[in-house]
Amino acid sequence: MDITLLLTSTVTLASGIPLTLLLTAASLLAGLVLAVPLAFMRASSRKWLSLPVLAYTYGFRGTPLLVQLFIIYYGLGQIGIIRSSVLWVLLRDPFWCCLLAFSLNSAAYTTEIFRGGIQAVATGLVEAAQAVGMSPLQIKRRIIFPIAFRSVLPSYANEVISLVKATSLASTVTLLEITGLSRKLVSETFAPYEIFIAAGVLYLGLTFLLTGFFHALEGRLNAAPRAKTPLGRVALQQVAHEQ
Amino acid sequence: MRRHLTCAVTAFLFVAGLAHAEERTAITIASEGASPPWDYIDENGALVGFDIDVGNELCARMKLQCTFVAQDWDGIIPSLLVKKYDAIIAGMSITEKRKKSISFSVPYAVAPNQIVMRRALDLPPSDIEAKLNLTDIDATKKETIEKLRQSLTGKTLGVLRSSNSEAVVQELFGDIAEVRSYDSQENLKLDLTSERIDGGLGDYLQWKQFLGTPEGKAVKFFGPQLSGGTWGPGVGVGLRKEDADLVGNFDKAIEAAVKDGALAKISQKWFGQDISPQLAK
Repeated sequence: MDITLLLTSTVTLASGIPLTLLLTAASLLAGLVLAVPLAFMRASSRKWLSLPVLAYTYGFRGTPLLVQLFIIYYGLGQIGIIRSSVLWVLLRDPFWCCLLAFSLNSAAYTTEIFRGGIQAVATGLVEAAQAVGMSPLQIKRRIIFPIAFRSVLPSYANEVISLVKATSLASTVTLLEITGLSRKLVSETFAPYEIFIAAGVLYLGLTFLLTGFFHALEGRLNAAPRAKTPLGRVALQQVAHEQ
Repeated sequence: MRRHLTCAVTAFLFVAGLAHAEERTAITIASEGASPPWDYIDENGALVGFDIDVGNELCARMKLQCTFVAQDWDGIIPSLLVKKYDAIIAGMSITEKRKKSISFSVPYAVAPNQIVMRRALDLPPSDIEAKLNLTDIDATKKETIEKLRQSLTGKTLGVLRSSNSEAVVQELFGDIAEVRSYDSQENLKLDLTSERIDGGLGDYLQWKQFLGTPEGKAVKFFGPQLSGGTWGPGVGVGLRKEDADLVGNFDKAIEAAVKDGALAKISQKWFGQDISPQLAK
């Protein structure tokens, strides 16, 4: 193995990190925005609300992301009506096609993750909230969502990490993120071993940072309430007393 | 147990070594399978095309049993190096850069390359019969290239990843046009049809076939036929450097097939014209 090549290619591939991160962050954000309302619809006991969402998550979770990306990128491009519509301004660009595919896919998984969390919230808590006169929307915002979010955080972190790696599929539609750059480098050097190891190391680094972030977030959200203010006040009082 | 295993492995290596020292009786050849009419997968899933016929012709002359496998273009040289197969017959040009990693036979075909652009762009008319050899660029050639650069400024051009066309486009137009690299020529054509890209550079003969299809109606040749430079002397069989015997055998077989017109015949069948090389002097 050529260590020099490994190091130089790591540096070259690092220039693909911004695009990988941009794709991940943007799809995550779009996925999250879509998933929260969809998850409430999916958890609803009303069939006309939950069934369409079920069909959506079923479709997107049941087919490979690569196939979804190809349908959006190559498939939609074949349809004349779409090519002459306003949509084509975005769909013409490989970046937006990837973003669309990744967001829809991520939203489907996130919806199901959140649905599980929402249904796991104890009924007693919801009843208590109703008893103090909160509106349904208030209950969702103040009680159900925060509790559900905490309980699904580990699964959601999994989804985020999957998405980081899934962005490598963007290389199949000419985008030069980490994997796209590595394929380009391999074709220039004919040394797939060193270069794909370098790419793997970069993904591992990104995943390491994300795991750390979610671990910290979990610790913060799930820790027993520290009751900062009362304790602080007590401490101050004590100090005052000693003086 | 472990001892038995070691014995078995040693015995296997020994036998394998012996087998290698003996005459070859069969080889595996890789082709890309996505560049008609050079090589492509037909409706029955079989690998067919000019390259496959050439391979079978040469194997018959070398008295070797040949099996063809399809391999994506950007992994075609690395896989040869790790012995997934023994030869590449995939319309691959003999270039200095590739020669650093692999050996080549003498050329079995000489084919030009050309730019195609979408008709709807209304580019100024250009002489598509002209020929431009990119070796030793002089003042006149520079002028032709400058004209091309003016027409292509701001356009998006597609090329096959890790092809010579990619290198040439990057070198000549990389600063004035957006270059997109595709994993296969087929995907490039799809994006050309759907107007994601404005044009592309690639092998003249496969463009010619594409332009004859309904999808290809929307594009036309643009600028002179390009050859030389990065493309080198022609299209050859790619082989591992250590397989000097195979290189020698392929050279002999190609020379014989050029001499008796067998290659010209295969070329007529697939391209409707003779692209077999002039005999090496």
